[in-house]
Amino acid sequence: MSVTLSDSTAANRARVQRSTRASLVGLVVSIIVVAALAYGPYAFLSKGNQQNLTTLFIYIILGTMWNLLAGYAGMVSIGQQAFIGIGAYGIVYAADILGLGLWIGLVLALVISGIVAHLVSFLAFRLSGGYFAIGTWVIAEVIYLITTQFDTLGAGAGISLTTFRGYKPEIRIAVVYWIALAAVVVAVAVTYLLLRSRLGAGFTAVRDDATAAATLGVNVTRSRRIAWVVAAMGCGLAGTLLAMTTLNVQPGSVFKIQWTAFMIFIVIIGGIGTIEGPIIGAIVFYALERYVGDVGFWYLVILGIIAIAMVLFLPKGLWGLISRGGRLQLFPTGLRLATPLVTPLATPLATTTSPTSGTPPTTSAEDL
Amino acid sequence: MQWANAVVQGLLLGGLYALLAAGLSLMFGVMRLVNLAHGALAIVGAYLGYVLVQKTGLPPFATIIVVIPLMAAIGWLLQSALLNTALNKQALAPILVTFGLAVILQNVMLQLFTADYRSIQVGDLAGASIQITPDIAIGVFPLMTFVVGVIVIAALQQYLARTKTGRAMRATSDDREAATLMGIDNKSIYALATAIALAIVGIAGVFIGIKTQFNAYSGDTYLIFAFEAVIIGGLGSLWGTLAGGMILGVATTVGAQLFPSSGTLLADLVFLAILVFLPTGLFPKVVNG
Repeated sequence: MSVTLSDSTAANRARVQRSTRASLVGLVVSIIVVAALAYGPYAFLSKGNQQNLTTLFIYIILGTMWNLLAGYAGMVSIGQQAFIGIGAYGIVYAADILGLGLWIGLVLALVISGIVAHLVSFLAFRLSGGYFAIGTWVIAEVIYLITTQFDTLGAGAGISLTTFRGYKPEIRIAVVYWIALAAVVVAVAVTYLLLRSRLGAGFTAVRDDATAAATLGVNVTRSRRIAWVVAAMGCGLAGTLLAMTTLNVQPGSVFKIQWTAFMIFIVIIGGIGTIEGPIIGAIVFYALERYVGDVGFWYLVILGIIAIAMVLFLPKGLWGLISRGGRLQLFPTGLRLATPLVTPLATPLATTTSPTSGTPPTTSAEDL
Repeated sequence: MQWANAVVQGLLLGGLYALLAAGLSLMFGVMRLVNLAHGALAIVGAYLGYVLVQKTGLPPFATIIVVIPLMAAIGWLLQSALLNTALNKQALAPILVTFGLAVILQNVMLQLFTADYRSIQVGDLAGASIQITPDIAIGVFPLMTFVVGVIVIAALQQYLARTKTGRAMRATSDDREAATLMGIDNKSIYALATAIALAIVGIAGVFIGIKTQFNAYSGDTYLIFAFEAVIIGGLGSLWGTLAGGMILGVATTVGAQLFPSSGTLLADLVFLAILVFLPTGLFPKVVNG
């Protein structure tokens, strides 16, 4: 991805840029919010609220990861619960059973998630589209069923995380909260930086047209595999957080497909294919679950109806409304034209390179 | 000889899996749509059969006569009102819409029928069997399921091969634009395909309801089985789907003996092994796209 876009006449160079005033404000506000949240346990956050926010953070991570897969790399997985389970079991296994402690356990759980994801990608990538989706689900089922065959992992009954034994509850809750906060920052930052890189441009190219991307020199399978492994590690991270919050890992609960359903709802409600979307979506989803969730199963019915309606009629989600169709970007991943080209020929050229976001006056070359 | 018995039961079970898979395969073949709500729809069929038996006292197998048109109507409406729209939106829309639909159906059924397991009672037939050798007995009901599975697959095959609308369906599948230019209304063809797919999965649902206990969540497993049967058999081949279903059936019944605590593990592993070694399935047929 070059920094300058130019047409054949060198005299007419267009300057492109990524950051805007909005994105600068976005960065500053994000830093302030994160700093305030980090300070929260000392000042204004009760234990209960720290736990609530930890749940919200888990949702943000899950949404961000599913969005990386589906929204950027174009792969709809309904088997991400596999990696939530691996993360949860991984931290119990490494921290408690191997006795490596919390931190090494956490890192090892992520490494295991990544390795398993890399291995199963060779199976899953033989399928595409909707069959890829069900294929990932089968793989998740197999990982779930195999996990329950091991007595060291508590077989079908589950296993407890004991590494926090000896911590006072308020300390434990605060520590888990901080880990979750750090995890959100890392997950969003990694996704953002990944998408800004050459690789990220490759992802979107593959999503929009895999054949065209391949002819332009994008290594399609490699791009997809990297997105898949990163998303798996992110879900593994969420899994470790789940284990830390519940202190008890049960196979039926960490491996349930509902996790993936939640991810899909979060991303669709918030807005697919943007960094901001899953964050908004997770907040809305969490609020709905907390305040409307007690209407029982009808809640999921309503959520399903909302999701279908949004896919059909508001495909860019809530963030699409807030950002007025992509004009406002707090975390811009693409490039946009700073000075419009002068030649009459050049402008349509520049616009056609970005079919998804031809919104003048700031012609963005987001999908280059 | 319990193994031989397990194999025979498994082969017969293949008929049920083929019934489940045929609709999934048809919808994918005609409109490249993978219906993630297919399993939930099978359970809708099972509940329809259950309610009909409870409320009207119809004999269990007679409910099929009512379930078929009901499910076909649901399919036609579903395609006309929802899925045709989804197919015209961005690439991920159909998958996401059918996923949302699965969640909706599952939870509506949960609300209406609770999580308690139900089944459609057929009395003595459930246990009736024909003794072949001293060790092997073939259940009458599993045999019926298998025969119905074969008949439905054969009928669908003939329909696609010989009738005018069947040809239109294959034409739309091969090249939608060209088919449209030849005067085929692809939207009504799609609606017809979904109606047929749901009619078949409705039959499968009634058989599931008679065969085992089911609740709103049971659809997940059946969607996976249907999908595995399609992939094992090879995309686009209906007889392959039947063969895939039979392989899967044997893997299920033998697997239940090997791993009593996780009965579907062997079936899933067989599927993954075929995906590795025979990625185009047993009976690959060249399909576009």
